[in-house]
Amino acid sequence: MKKTGAEILWECLVREGVEVVFGYPGGAIMPVYDAMLEYPVHHVLVRHEQGAAHMADGYARASGKVGVAMATSGPGATNLVTGIATAMMDSSPIVCITGQVPVHLIGGDAFQETDVTGITLPITKHNYLITSADQVARVVREAFHIARSGRPGPVLIDFCKNAQIEETEFEYPEEIELPGYRPPTRAPRADLEKAVRLIEEAERPVILAGHGVLMSGAMEELKMLAVKTQTPVAMTLLGLGALPASHPLSLGMMGMHGEAYANNAIQNADLLIALGMRFDDRVTGNLRTYAPRARKIHVEIDPSEVHKNVVVDVPLIGDLKTVLTDLIPMLDEYEHEEWLAQIDEWKQETEQRSIMAWPDDGKLYTAHAIRALWEVTGGDSIVATGVGQHQMWAAQYYHFDHPYRLITSGGAGTMGFGLPAAIGAWFAHKDKEVWLVDGDGSFQMTQAELSTAVQEGANIKIAIMNNHFLGMVRQWQEFFFDKRYAATPLTGPDFVKLAEAHGIPARRVTKPEDVRGAISFAQETPGPVLVEFVVEKEEAVYPMVPSGADLDAMIRRPIRK
Amino acid sequence: MQHTLFALVENKPGVLNRVASLFRRRNFNIESLNVGQTESPEISRMTIVMDGDERDVRIVEANLYKLVNVIDVQEVTNRPAVLRDLALIKVRAAPEKRAEIANLASIFRANIVDVAPDSVIVEITGTEDKIESLVELLRPMGILEMVRTGQVAMMRGDQPGARHTPGAGNNGNGYHKQNTEYLN
Ligand SMILES: Cc1ncc(C[n+]2csc(CCOP(=O)(O)OP(=O)(O)O)c2C)c(N)n1
Repeated sequence: MKKTGAEILWECLVREGVEVVFGYPGGAIMPVYDAMLEYPVHHVLVRHEQGAAHMADGYARASGKVGVAMATSGPGATNLVTGIATAMMDSSPIVCITGQVPVHLIGGDAFQETDVTGITLPITKHNYLITSADQVARVVREAFHIARSGRPGPVLIDFCKNAQIEETEFEYPEEIELPGYRPPTRAPRADLEKAVRLIEEAERPVILAGHGVLMSGAMEELKMLAVKTQTPVAMTLLGLGALPASHPLSLGMMGMHGEAYANNAIQNADLLIALGMRFDDRVTGNLRTYAPRARKIHVEIDPSEVHKNVVVDVPLIGDLKTVLTDLIPMLDEYEHEEWLAQIDEWKQETEQRSIMAWPDDGKLYTAHAIRALWEVTGGDSIVATGVGQHQMWAAQYYHFDHPYRLITSGGAGTMGFGLPAAIGAWFAHKDKEVWLVDGDGSFQMTQAELSTAVQEGANIKIAIMNNHFLGMVRQWQEFFFDKRYAATPLTGPDFVKLAEAHGIPARRVTKPEDVRGAISFAQETPGPVLVEFVVEKEEAVYPMVPSGADLDAMIRRPIRK
Repeated sequence: MQHTLFALVENKPGVLNRVASLFRRRNFNIESLNVGQTESPEISRMTIVMDGDERDVRIVEANLYKLVNVIDVQEVTNRPAVLRDLALIKVRAAPEKRAEIANLASIFRANIVDVAPDSVIVEITGTEDKIESLVELLRPMGILEMVRTGQVAMMRGDQPGARHTPGAGNNGNGYHKQNTEYLN
């Protein structure tokens, strides 16, 4: 049957299982929007296209499905860029569809023409320019396949207006023909055997679990590996939830603001088993002194990550779940009592320093508010964040026992990610509690999406940790720039009034004793609710590995009695 | 050290841009890049000459594979391969110098393909070393203009070049059979 290019797009989206699209219309994408009305797909009108990309990303991270964002040509498309780069850095599967001027105008600087495939080339896993209707079905099919398979990532489709309007015979391509695209699956036996030998010989092993564990769905396999070999597990920011925080072998988060005992364990290890993580500088610190005595096994689906930052002894290239499934039966059971006891000792020290051990001084600290949130929500909420101190405290004090709960921009560190990502996550899990833990700075970057939340009736709970500073930058100024607070003090709106102007119920909390009440108020009030926590202005996140320093050269929180 | 790789890529618009953009973005040190047709109209062939150690080459290969349009990458360095570069060299040549230049050219099995009143164009095909030697000999006479194609490469006989990246030249599991050299 003959269909327009725009109709074919929706036919294909429906076949890909797309139920919701986040977008913003405009001239070059109007035929697509017009055709949309005939298809069972819910469209969420954002207030800025950056929000659309982040919502698609939040949706993807919470659901494991591909998120879809849509925008018009020119400024609509360029507004997506930050969101696409964010998804790229964190390997999040989204498909972005942008309108483009008709093919005969391309290259002529027509109204709202921008070279979007050019701009997004280095920040997409792949991108396409559709110039005629007969390309649509194949391109959309490939785009979803590429976005979700192998190492996932964003794919952009730039869709010329003429191709949206033209009619062509619609035939859904059952087969995908991508001769150059073959994500690896299984690691060779010989390499697995080498890994087995290293694990056998290890006395002080540590598993490093990254985002890949979640994306491959290898949580069970990770637990089996850890338990069978009695190997403690440190997680990256995006790997939190891979092993429950409450599991006895969990070391929590590693890296710049990781647990001191996790970093100490890594530096003293004689074997690192890296699973679906990429040795980012935020987790390694100084590469020259990183885990100096450790041999390294790296299980990774993207061969270009192997030896990129850290040269490893045994790379196991393949899908993590498959590789672990092959590896685990080849292993015997091991004990590492001394090693675990040593780590336990480091843990005691940390507990002494914890902000939770501070005597109540009547002040409101972000860490306390987040801990209370964890307790009141039973640790089972989805938590989206902005970027900064509040993000690190959320990672440290909301003990993630489940995967796919922390929705946060790791690799790109994109402020403004939180609110739209929370909305996207809510669309993925309307049955779950969704909290946004945001900073006053991050929140103001995309706060226009409050209107979107209201229009959609998104049942998200917003906790703004207002320290009246761009806190993380202030912390660096405190530690490394002599407390010269250049451009970090920050005035915000009255967040309660701002919420109320949107018709969102809101409360302000200034005292520790009101924290729990406000959280319960938010839980009990249907629809979006905002709680502003007016927190200590100059508190710092500990421990901290200064940028480029040795991983165990941490600035620690002073002990207070 | 210098390494030579070739890549088979889908012959689609923008693929050269993707490869060039990758090299720029990853800060790879590429000495020459040649693109041309192959026996199949759907496939183009790129020859890449780069400087670096083993690890640099592996990383370039693995990144090339990440491009959806790259089908195969093989390294031919230190393998039985034919390597060729073509150069056109315009040399200052008053009529009395022509014989000397012609002599040099014939030693290198190069050709004089154009003669003007005070210059000639020498065409030479060969390995980079050979071309460089001729260039050095012609330089004192005055090289007015030069263009080189960059190296192209082909393995001799039916042997493939070295494939180092898992999944290379096969489906996702091809690594089992082929990859014995992934930086061990
Ligand atoms: C888009 C963007 N711009 C700038 C930065 C640099 N940056 C990192 S953290 C931070 C401060 C964040 O402040 P806020 O959101 O209030 O959170 P806090 O650190 O106070 O918890 C800044 C400016 C960034 N990560 N993203």
